[in-house]
Amino acid sequence: MSQPIVSARRRLATFTAIGAAAAIALSGCASTGEAQSAEEFTGEYTGPAVELSYWNGFTGGDGPFMEKMVKEFNAEHDNITVKSNTMQWGDFYQRLPAAVTAGEGPDVGVMHLDQLATNAARGVILPLDDLASELGLTEDDFTAEVWDAGVYEDERFGIPLDVHSLAMYYNTEHFEAAGITEPPTDDASFQDALTKLQAAGYETPFWMPARWPSHLMNLSLQWQNGGEPYGADGTEAQFDAKAGVDALTWQTSIIADGFSPKDVAVDSQYVAFKNGETSITWDGIWQINDLTDSGLPYAAAPIPTIGADAAVWANSHNFFLPKQRSADNNKVNAAKVFIAWMSEQSGEWAGSGMIPARQSVRDSGVLDGTVQAPIADLIDSMRFLPAVPGIGSVQAETLEVAVAEAVLGESDPAAALAKATETASKLMADNEASFGK
Amino acid sequence: MTTHVSTGVLSSEGAPGGPAAGGPRKQRRTGGIPQQGRATPWLFLAPYLALFGAFVVLPALFGVWISLHDWDYTMPAQPFVGLENYLSLFQPDSVNFESFWGSMRATGIFTLFSVPLLLVVPLAVALLMAQNFPGRNFFRAVYFAPYVLGVAVVAVLWRYLLDSNIGLVNYYLGALGLPDDTAWTTSTPAAWVALIGVTVWWTLGFNAVIYLAALQEIPAELYEAARMDGANAWYQFLHVTLPGLRPILSFITIITLIASANMFGQSYLMTQGGPGRETRTAIYQIAETGLRNFQMGDAAAMSYVLTVFLMAVSVVVFFVFREKKESGK
Repeated sequence: MSQPIVSARRRLATFTAIGAAAAIALSGCASTGEAQSAEEFTGEYTGPAVELSYWNGFTGGDGPFMEKMVKEFNAEHDNITVKSNTMQWGDFYQRLPAAVTAGEGPDVGVMHLDQLATNAARGVILPLDDLASELGLTEDDFTAEVWDAGVYEDERFGIPLDVHSLAMYYNTEHFEAAGITEPPTDDASFQDALTKLQAAGYETPFWMPARWPSHLMNLSLQWQNGGEPYGADGTEAQFDAKAGVDALTWQTSIIADGFSPKDVAVDSQYVAFKNGETSITWDGIWQINDLTDSGLPYAAAPIPTIGADAAVWANSHNFFLPKQRSADNNKVNAAKVFIAWMSEQSGEWAGSGMIPARQSVRDSGVLDGTVQAPIADLIDSMRFLPAVPGIGSVQAETLEVAVAEAVLGESDPAAALAKATETASKLMADNEASFGK
Repeated sequence: MTTHVSTGVLSSEGAPGGPAAGGPRKQRRTGGIPQQGRATPWLFLAPYLALFGAFVVLPALFGVWISLHDWDYTMPAQPFVGLENYLSLFQPDSVNFESFWGSMRATGIFTLFSVPLLLVVPLAVALLMAQNFPGRNFFRAVYFAPYVLGVAVVAVLWRYLLDSNIGLVNYYLGALGLPDDTAWTTSTPAAWVALIGVTVWWTLGFNAVIYLAALQEIPAELYEAARMDGANAWYQFLHVTLPGLRPILSFITIITLIASANMFGQSYLMTQGGPGRETRTAIYQIAETGLRNFQMGDAAAMSYVLTVFLMAVSVVVFFVFREKKESGK
């Protein structure tokens, strides 16, 4: 259930090689050269010592990596002390709006890409266009989808740290025993691999979970089938299109064909994979460190293209600045320095299993030899949820439930999706009315 | 009179346990029942009243206010909508209708089956624990122990034990030659059996302790008299134990009922409300609506509908127990 992790690696070389604007800002002579208003971000913080409260949800194998980076940052910056507050993502998204509304919010934080629009619409987080331009961050350094999804109503609200997608993990011992040499890449080779695994004595090689991450598998397959789960204007859901029904039917066929046991409860497919009871599982790349630590002989590959085109669900961790009741410019500037530094060091974050969001960082070779490297190669086929306020909770109430119902055999895929689509569209219309102002 | 007594109180405070304390006591006895200032009971109640008012009464009243608005506290405006939030709960085509009444049904099912079990099983345990046998204190502790655990510990523990594919419960059932493919957390009615079973295991200790205390209050002479009249164990239970427990029974029924109707953690953690939404209880739905989706107006309205139901059921319980008392006499 834990969400992805990002690790950052310290690489001072790239630090200086960024954009021209950042280079000037980082040159260290900004304070004498130009008179700056307190609001303007200079890339450097020279004010009195401040303490920043930093909220994140890195509770998994990503947590220690983030802590290490925070320590390094603190060691390098005498007048800034960052204090992390780490909580489960589920709690994070409930607490953040409450804390910010009460004027008790953090000074800086990290959230998922698909939550930015929601929190922007709620007035929880602040636009960061100035920071992006001061850092010299441009679309060129990111894949368009990651970059664009951080924009809500023409303003940028997040600075992407990483991207993390679904991946196919497979047990290399099982594959060897079954005589499979290459990870499957399409439906035919996937079915072939499953059949071979069964023949080799692995009776249920691919457990189909009812809950997390089953809906992410479903979204990936919808996109592969050429579908769009949500309408472009964000006012309606389209899970019940042929692409969605085909996707869910394929998921249930895995059970019907005997490749998966019935009634796979939450997390048990992952535990079974770790115990070598099943051979293949699709899960997020944030599990990499956990799997490596378990000593399991495994490898990761992109999920196979079951539909027509390669596509996979992905998300991204983004830095944000929360709205403050009374703005302290020193803290805001220090927080911007922190974000800039983290963005620079995102190569180190790759060690936690994540894929750095910046092209320049990825190109520097930080992913060479990592488990996630083959997945990072397909970054252009990663798909993200649209920047629609409230979409996360709509999906949790509708698509997730429909996928579970169909996978558990409680309902027919088409019927489950039809009902979920109707409810989702109603909820989205309600959301539009309340967020639209 | 008031002055007189309060002086007495003061002087007794001034010499605690000393010989002087005898004086005021004598005075009070001669003065009949002592009177206190009007404020005295309120002063004694004040600490609790302050907390109760601040954390129960005020929020409850504020809840009524919230339920009349389209309340999302993160938004700049909370428009007044009158009774719309309540009406939408009763309109079959509204978004909340199905999920809310589905969750009320789930709460109803859970309560219907867990309350009788939580009344009877702890009573049996308490009767057993009231006997004299070696190791009695140890067993009392054993039965009470699960209650000490938090819901998260209990639910996560059982979620893994009950897992249909990797859980120990099915493994041992299979080893005994019983069906080993029951989906305890992902299919109904098995999920209800699991949720109710775990809840009974978890909380029976609490009710058992209350029963045990009540059992010890029943005078031994009554049992002795019953034995003299030739009553066997069953008749003693029926005619001495049960009537002796009657006062405590209505209390246990009400608190068990309310605790069951408030069930949330077990289904949140063990079944995620699944399969589908079938084990999503009313509190679960209210928490999702209000705290995750920030529709606090709807959530507050749901809470009040649930409250009305609970009040109605409580009235019925009081009525039932009062009736028995009268007919018993």
